Amino acid sequence: MIMLDQVKRGQKVEICRIPDELVRAQAIRFGVGEGTVVTCAGKLPAGPVIISKGNQELAIGRGLARKIAVKEAS
Amino acid sequence: MQRHCHNLAETIEIPSGKRSIVLVGNPNVGKSVFFNELTGRYVDVSNFPGTTVEIHRAQYGGDVLIDTPGVYGVSSFNDEERVARDIILHADTVINIVDAPHIERDLFLTLQVIDMGIPVIVALNMMDEVQGRGMTIDVERLSSLLGVPVIPTVAVERKGINELKEAIPRACRGNADPELEEKLNALVAGQLGRGDALLVLEGDEEVARCHDQPAGNLREEIYLRRRSRANKILAEVVSTTLLAKKWNKTMGQWMTRPLTGFPILLLFLYAMYWFIGVFIAQTVVEMTEELIMQEYYGEWVISLIGRFFHEGTFLGELLTGEFGVLTMAPIYLLGLLLPLVIGFYLALSVMEDSGYLPRLATLVDRAMTGLGLNGRAIIPVILGFGCVTMATITTRLLGSKRERIIATVLLGITIPCSAQIGVIVGLIAPLGMRYLLIYTATILLVFGLLGKVLNSVLPGESTHLLIDLPPLRLPRIKNVAAKTYTKSVAFIKEAAPLFALAAVLITVLDYTGAMSWLQDVISPLTVSWLQLPSEATTAFIMGIMRRDFGAAGLYGLDLSPAQTLVGLVTITLFVPCIASIMVIIKERGWKDGTYIWAGSFVVAFLVGGILARLL
Repeated sequence: MIMLDQVKRGQKVEICRIPDELVRAQAIRFGVGEGTVVTCAGKLPAGPVIISKGNQELAIGRGLARKIAVKEAS
Repeated sequence: MQRHCHNLAETIEIPSGKRSIVLVGNPNVGKSVFFNELTGRYVDVSNFPGTTVEIHRAQYGGDVLIDTPGVYGVSSFNDEERVARDIILHADTVINIVDAPHIERDLFLTLQVIDMGIPVIVALNMMDEVQGRGMTIDVERLSSLLGVPVIPTVAVERKGINELKEAIPRACRGNADPELEEKLNALVAGQLGRGDALLVLEGDEEVARCHDQPAGNLREEIYLRRRSRANKILAEVVSTTLLAKKWNKTMGQWMTRPLTGFPILLLFLYAMYWFIGVFIAQTVVEMTEELIMQEYYGEWVISLIGRFFHEGTFLGELLTGEFGVLTMAPIYLLGLLLPLVIGFYLALSVMEDSGYLPRLATLVDRAMTGLGLNGRAIIPVILGFGCVTMATITTRLLGSKRERIIATVLLGITIPCSAQIGVIVGLIAPLGMRYLLIYTATILLVFGLLGKVLNSVLPGESTHLLIDLPPLRLPRIKNVAAKTYTKSVAFIKEAAPLFALAAVLITVLDYTGAMSWLQDVISPLTVSWLQLPSEATTAFIMGIMRRDFGAAGLYGLDLSPAQTLVGLVTITLFVPCIASIMVIIKERGWKDGTYIWAGSFVVAFLVGGILARLL
């Protein structure tokens, strides 16, 4: 298991754990929950990680990405 | 925030016997376009009790049509959601606007409203963009899976509007989550509405308190099941081909990558500077302020009032003197401020409607985290360049108290509002690039230092960025114009009385000699510390009334370039105008508000004095 901030651009990962309850609820509304497979669409240097799922794109601050556990998806 | 369980029909005045039809949708899906197409003119705009959230309401046949703020779900994560929640809970029919290319995100809200048991009709909007994105949506299948009518629309082109109108009576309760039934029924048997019951189960504490129920702890379970239901529906209804046009995806990536994003931002800022700083601040204002307001209006009103109250008498001065309620106030407000404010709101609406704003938030997130904020704080900062008062109110969208304090301080102290920028540009431009750069660098330095200091001093932790990046779109002129109009009117309504009040205060100070007394008191500081002529004190005192009065007060003085710069820096940094002081105190409380106010004087004079010695 790795953290979302270590994922490389273009890599496909499955979200395993999102820490905060409110963040989790908001992410589910956006279409991303634990178990969702997403693609890392971009990473700003020391900045947010952008993940995409279909047409949906989310920007996640680096500090939060550091706490989101993911695993590689095939 | 404590919310009373008020009777909504009374607070937003729905006459008894009328049904309420409520527009619901995610942010920026075109709800306002539907609202305007469905209702035409006579729209009531009011603030929802206890919030600054605007509610639009109009007659629709024999019923009342109500617009709600854009939300991703019904709950109480922020003010917008609370307002939308309360209106939706009392709705007889919901028209749910879904952004078709973004259906994946929007369907969560649709299913939540269906779970609430409210009759729904779905308008599947922006269908014209679906094909361009290599998608097809099976509308009939979607309708049968949801159990409610689905009408494809392109609202900005009026496509589907008539079909939607005809279909409103067919709105019905859709296929709710079957696993919820048992639990909901238990609560409904206890006299709760089904929508209220669902929110109680989802752990909405405010709704639970209203009904003396313990808040449930099933939010996550229900949300996850709803999400997977949405995904199942999507899998059946949406098919994607790989032939998608990708210009906006590529463009979207460019906007968030620093290497390309910052040049794009600079380009955008330059366009904004050219449009607002050059075209509006110089060409337009020359006409509106000097010609229309000063020559035509000003001379007319002075000669008219002069017949009744002579020049030099107190009333004469009060009405049409140098700082008169009928001269200075409207000439500044309408001649100088209004064109600038319109320009700013135009730019902001374009950023909002095009989808650039959240990408900008992503781009600047890293820089903002150093100041204890996250990228979302760029929204109040940009608004601050329009009007600090309004921007301070929007600090509510920030996730924690410490972020709201930091943003308020930075706005109040370092961000010059549009009114002020116009005057500053007018004064600095003739001095050349060097002075413009020194000014900008000084303000940026103070901005950064203040943020860093507050971030390390204030207790607690700031929240992280988690933001939806909507598809990029070309903004529609009609929508941008409508937004700009509403916001500009609201601004004038808010600012006009304050301007009149400021004019009265300044006239009284001037007429009674209090102004020269205050000048004598403050002028040692002005003269010896800032090295400015003592008359500059007047500009500072006026700056407290309304910030641009202050900067404009420097116009008439014979200053060296260095003195102009020191004066402008000091005026930018110290105390925001009366309106923003009031709003800061209202939002942050007496103690913090007063600290911010007093602190701004210290920072302003300190920086101004240091600069005077360095130049």
